Amino acid sequence: MRFFLGALLLLAIAAIAPMFVRLEYFYFAGFVVLQFIVLATAWNILGGFAGYVNFGTGAFFAVGAYSAVALYKAVALPLGLQILAGAATAGLLGLGVGLLTLRLRGIFFSIATIAITIILETVVMNWTYVGGAKGLPILRPTEIPLHFTNYTQWLFFVMTGIVLIAVAIARYIQTGWIGRGLRAIRDNEGAAECSGVPTLKLKLAAATVSGALMGAAGAPFAQYLSFIEPSSAFSLNYAVNALAMPIIGGTAHWIGPVIGAILLGSVQQIVTVTISSEMNVLVVGVMLVVFVVAAPEGVLGLWRRYVLKKGDE
Amino acid sequence: MKPADSSPPTNALLEINGVSKHFGGFTALDGVSIDVGKGERFGLIGPNGSGKTTLINCISGALTNDGGSIRFDGEEISRLPAYLRTRRGIARSFQIPRPFGSMSVLENLVVPLEYVAHSGSLHLADTRGEAMEILKGMGLADKADTRSNRLSQVELRKMELARAMAARPRLLISDEAMAGLSSNEISEVLEILFKLNATGISIIMIEHIMQAVMKFSQRLICLDAGRIICEGTPESIVENPDVQRAYLGA
Repeated sequence: MRFFLGALLLLAIAAIAPMFVRLEYFYFAGFVVLQFIVLATAWNILGGFAGYVNFGTGAFFAVGAYSAVALYKAVALPLGLQILAGAATAGLLGLGVGLLTLRLRGIFFSIATIAITIILETVVMNWTYVGGAKGLPILRPTEIPLHFTNYTQWLFFVMTGIVLIAVAIARYIQTGWIGRGLRAIRDNEGAAECSGVPTLKLKLAAATVSGALMGAAGAPFAQYLSFIEPSSAFSLNYAVNALAMPIIGGTAHWIGPVIGAILLGSVQQIVTVTISSEMNVLVVGVMLVVFVVAAPEGVLGLWRRYVLKKGDE
Repeated sequence: MKPADSSPPTNALLEINGVSKHFGGFTALDGVSIDVGKGERFGLIGPNGSGKTTLINCISGALTNDGGSIRFDGEEISRLPAYLRTRRGIARSFQIPRPFGSMSVLENLVVPLEYVAHSGSLHLADTRGEAMEILKGMGLADKADTRSNRLSQVELRKMELARAMAARPRLLISDEAMAGLSSNEISEVLEILFKLNATGISIIMIEHIMQAVMKFSQRLICLDAGRIICEGTPESIVENPDVQRAYLGA
């Protein structure tokens, strides 16, 4: 109950923010951080809870983005439906990759996600309807919904909504029997199966939900930039960040990826503005190495050890 | 194949018929047939590499047998995935304990309780209370909140049995649950297994510790190189010259 009140409060804040914060850059940078919260949360559902690492976040993100672009260009689909369509296509992609590789334990899924990124990027490069390799400029709708004064504010609000949905789903999964089943899979898949856990079904469900949320995060991407082109939509940055953020925040709990994304996403935005846009990639690498070596359970692990003083129990 | 003194149960719970399993050119199981009755204590012995673990992997579903049939309570199960076999009532412990290491001991038991015992009506169940009851029966109640990767060997073995029990099985397969334990600990685990059997659960015990398996089993088979070389009561097994040659090292 407290969670849902908090979620409603955050949504309300995002809705009235334009009355207080007029700086346009705030929404432009904030959108990116929110987008990473969704990606990190989505990645964690499969990678953190079940232990199946997805290196292809960029592919799921871009599939969401390009599904939205294609439908926007074809029938001028409204943003809400673009997001649903992006989520549906990316969810199907997750299910498909899962069906091909999740029957096997181990790293096959991870390898396939790398392959699928390369394949899909090549396909989109050659798909002229959505601009091919040279990209496609997008004209945003002229009408701005509700009381917002520009489209970026509206996108910021919408992305806040997607964040809350993603986090609510991750929380629901983690705290219930599904999450316990996924953890059992991560700890020992053979023992999980012998404890009655339908491991394949759970892995497929997690891959589908995880992919769909990544697609939902990608769907507004072209509207946000007023432009889309394959190399930025399929960027390796998404894969690296979606993996680094949960690890830095802590993978065991839904709040971990949120903390990691806010921390890493904000630092990246600040570094981009104050130092250089190249440096922000270095930040991810350095922070990832530091956390893996010094705090393998992330910020949450540090919190448990030094604030709650719980040790490893 | 069956000596006169063995008495195959008339009300078989598990019927294994001509099961074989190959790994490439290697024959791990070669036409193995066993019946295990309801409530029976059944021993499975044999030297290392004789196919004991392969056989129980085929029963529990971790492996799929190449030939023959496995029937449980009259139903052919040899093509069912492992989790459905567990739901039908076959539970096992592992030779090398496989705890869900990130979870507490209690949570380890909640998994099968949620996925097997209450998979249909989860919202009604007090799975934690039930898990606690099982832990009490195993003498593990004080470890309920300990993370399971912190347990000692004997605690791990007991937790494996407790977790198997949480699946509410009709057949429990204990795969070397006593390996590496002290003689006191062996009697503890043995006592637990007798207690479980007294509630009507059939138990297949795989064990290298002879005095334990001989004391426990009503009937045994001895596997060697994927074949049953002998079947009978504990007394007849130790006297069998084939068993002595293959296993006891006479």
